[in-house]
Amino acid sequence: MSTIVLLTVTGLGLGALYFLVASGLSLIYGLMGVLNFAHGSFLTLGAFAGWEFARRAGADNWWTFLGSLLVGAVVGALFAAFTEFVLIRRLYERHIEQVLVTVGLSLASVALFDGIWGTDTIHISGPAWFRETTGILGAQIANDRFVAIIAAVIVLLGLVFFLKRTRYGMIIRAGVESRSMVTALGIDVRKAFTLVFAIGGAAAGLGGVLASHYFQYVSPLLGGSLLIFAFIVTVIGGLGSLTGAAIASVVVALLQQFANFYLNGTGDFVVVVALALVLLFRPSGLLGRKS
Amino acid sequence: MSQQPQPHPEAANPAATGGPAPATAQTAAQSTTQATALHPAAPQPGHARPVLEIAGLTAHIAGQQVVEDVSFSVPATGITALLGRNGVGKTSTIKAVIGLISRTGSVTLDGERIDKEPTFKIIRRGVGYVPEDREVFSKLTVAENLRLAERDASPRRQLVEELFPDLLKRASQMAGTLSGGQQQMVSLARALLNENKLLLIDEPTKGLAPKIVQEVAETLERAAETVPILLVEQNLQVVRQLAAGAVVLSGGKVVHTTDSALGFLDNEDLTQRLLGVHADAGHGEEADRNGAQK
Amino acid sequence: MTTSKTDPQSEAQPDPQQATAGSAAQGATAATAAGQRRNRKGQHDGGAAAGGRTLLKWGAGGAGVVLLALLPLLNLSLPGVLPGPTYTPGSLQLLAMCMLMAAAALSYHLLLGVTGLLSFGHALYFGAGVYGLGVILDTFDIPLLPAMGLTLLLVIVLAHVVGAVGLRVTGIPFAMVTLAFAEAGHVLVGRNPGQATGGEEGLTLATDNLPEALLGVANTRNLYWLALIVLLVVFAVVTWVQFSRAGHVAAAVRENELRVRVIGLQPYLIKLLVFVVGGVLASAVGMVYLLLQSGAVPRSLSADFTITLLVMVVLGGVGSRWGAIIGGVFYTLLDQRLTSLAQSEAIAGLPDILRIPLSEPLFILGTLFILVVLFLPGGITGAVQRATLSRGQRRQAAARQRQALENAE
Repeated sequence: MSTIVLLTVTGLGLGALYFLVASGLSLIYGLMGVLNFAHGSFLTLGAFAGWEFARRAGADNWWTFLGSLLVGAVVGALFAAFTEFVLIRRLYERHIEQVLVTVGLSLASVALFDGIWGTDTIHISGPAWFRETTGILGAQIANDRFVAIIAAVIVLLGLVFFLKRTRYGMIIRAGVESRSMVTALGIDVRKAFTLVFAIGGAAAGLGGVLASHYFQYVSPLLGGSLLIFAFIVTVIGGLGSLTGAAIASVVVALLQQFANFYLNGTGDFVVVVALALVLLFRPSGLLGRKS
Repeated sequence: MSQQPQPHPEAANPAATGGPAPATAQTAAQSTTQATALHPAAPQPGHARPVLEIAGLTAHIAGQQVVEDVSFSVPATGITALLGRNGVGKTSTIKAVIGLISRTGSVTLDGERIDKEPTFKIIRRGVGYVPEDREVFSKLTVAENLRLAERDASPRRQLVEELFPDLLKRASQMAGTLSGGQQQMVSLARALLNENKLLLIDEPTKGLAPKIVQEVAETLERAAETVPILLVEQNLQVVRQLAAGAVVLSGGKVVHTTDSALGFLDNEDLTQRLLGVHADAGHGEEADRNGAQK
Repeated sequence: MTTSKTDPQSEAQPDPQQATAGSAAQGATAATAAGQRRNRKGQHDGGAAAGGRTLLKWGAGGAGVVLLALLPLLNLSLPGVLPGPTYTPGSLQLLAMCMLMAAAALSYHLLLGVTGLLSFGHALYFGAGVYGLGVILDTFDIPLLPAMGLTLLLVIVLAHVVGAVGLRVTGIPFAMVTLAFAEAGHVLVGRNPGQATGGEEGLTLATDNLPEALLGVANTRNLYWLALIVLLVVFAVVTWVQFSRAGHVAAAVRENELRVRVIGLQPYLIKLLVFVVGGVLASAVGMVYLLLQSGAVPRSLSADFTITLLVMVVLGGVGSRWGAIIGGVFYTLLDQRLTSLAQSEAIAGLPDILRIPLSEPLFILGTLFILVVLFLPGGITGAVQRATLSRGQRRQAAARQRQALENAE
């Protein structure tokens, strides 16, 4: 029993990280049709920015941690908005070229991170409480898991509120259905593009800081490894669906954890098999639009 | 490339052979010709400047030409019908006017060139667009659909509530769950919420029950009292009821324009020919085209 | 290589007659027979018109191949490009690598340029060739050729499975799915299952059953010739597929899949065929890569490697075989030069703000790639082609080259 609880909570923590990356990916794809390969770089930069802040702010206390989350989110958002404004926008409606540009950006930015922070992983530490464990039903669970889960839930609720209750949220939801009809109502949909990139970047930057605590290191490759699973999550969840991304994040992470433990470390393959099954029986994903 | 092979008229429209004797059609066609000759494409004297002037409009979708060198104008009052067979480029013409598809040529709205502007700016100049197949946002509520469309500082919510009382009751319903007629009401309401210089309305009665068609027609008639409308419509009865003038497209080109006398629509046989084929269809229409092209 | 000036031109321009025949058939089921008839006619006419120039091109191509074949016997120097005269092992190794990368890029061109399949998992097949052969040679006591045959067989099965699943979706989702499968392979190799792949450290080539002629630094020229043969074979197969009936249907699928379905052909099977052929070619290149490098590392299976191929094809010019070759060679040389530049004294002395970016070859390549996508549609071959045109034609050509890429959706 305690093993199952441990695996579940650890899986939920990992799922939370997937969701923070996948939510932005899915929104960006849903609204603009852009597959954003640079999303991992938003995360990595957020993680490094958060770490640099925590390092300078000194004491490993909660305020430093919260500050690093904020710094990570802001840096991720700025980097993402810059990407949209400078690179994506001029290739409006040229989806393949937009993908290529994000590929180039991810190559160049990861190389630049290598140059600035070195290729080795840097071990980090947060508030002392993170190192401690909490007992649930006999399982001793590292506290940083809970932080990731809570943060992801807050981001999910925040996104839902933003999408349902604000005018820009409405524009984004409408744009996911039909960009052209939104412009045909006299709305400059490009503002929504920049916004959705910024939101995705903020979530990714936040995810970067949390991931660095979850894995207890930062490295230029941090984003790339999470990005692959985030891609899988968005396909399984249905491209463009936020709820789908949330559900698929949890499902994928739990599958991975349980398979790793019970099926001899085969978690990654089980996930790919799950992807294949979804594609065979439901090509548009769990909650995706029928094409 | 857009010049698709024109099927032989009789093959395409079996009704044409079963209709009134060809001689009758010929006579009617000639009378239309005379009417057109008397009222060429230019606006009648005394009328205000046209609200929309299109000259040499050409448009492409994915490298394929869908509108070829189209020129016509829409008078500042009343409903002008844009007619033609299916796939002739009516919808594409409207989309090209507001820049939803890439286009070349000149488009002038109320005296100002708009052909280089992005769609949202053209709409903000005062154009209401009701697309083919309504295109309501199915996962937004009715109220959200309407709120999204509000451009003016003081949108005319009262008018919309008065015209479409049904929508008020369904404000919190997802638009995708509405019936086709109700969706059309949402789509029309989105355009009528704002003060516009021109409405572009694409097949508003498509796929609707006769009773609903009549409701839509009445709405359009009422709207046309305050704003000129360019209307794409397949239902000729509705056209006859509403339109003050007509532009006929064939093969991506304008083949006929008139700003009055829709009498030619009364002859079913002739309308089918006019809206379906050109050139080899008959002597009368040949003259017709020449008249329109002058 | 000297023929590169004329060829991309003829490839980038679609046969006008075919395009007309295709569009006429669009949406009209009744026109099926006529559409097919005209399609076939278009092919014949295109072939006849290009006849004279084709002969000239083949002649020049043949001369180029002879020159390449003779390079290990000559004493030519290209300072700044090659580390030494052409007969030295270092230069031959680099040239062989250029040819292998050109061949790998060609196999990717078959997917992206011909069929419009944006795969992010092409490295899976290249890596399957590298690791398949490496593991088989390491595990079983069999000679090189049977080992290669066995590897090819495995790759054919693998490509069918992945293709059959992945091609259920198109466009961007297809890109993500192929990426996921390739990543699974990458992870598998890194995990070192059964101590077979050597994990992250990689695998050293087992030389027990290899012919003497392929071993040792002194025999680098044999590997060079082998690489040249692989490039020629891949080029021949790609050309054959591209201009076969299947290739024409594949091109039609790229432009308008619905249209192909309307005239009663099955895009799925055609795409699967091209996908498998592309995968098999990549794995063949991978096998020679293993011999040339005397070992395998997980990077050859990574998404980064697929992206490298993508960058090569786009740099060279999407839709053109010569573009893929030029892109492969250009990228490999540039990468090598930038790497040695990064380690040079001149860079080390610069202030951080210049030193850090300049000492990262991938930063420069990535930036270059972005600039090409933004400002140079059609890549290098596209730019060369436009330079030979008048101003008016230039704009049209640019639009057409952009379209070639956008059709990939």
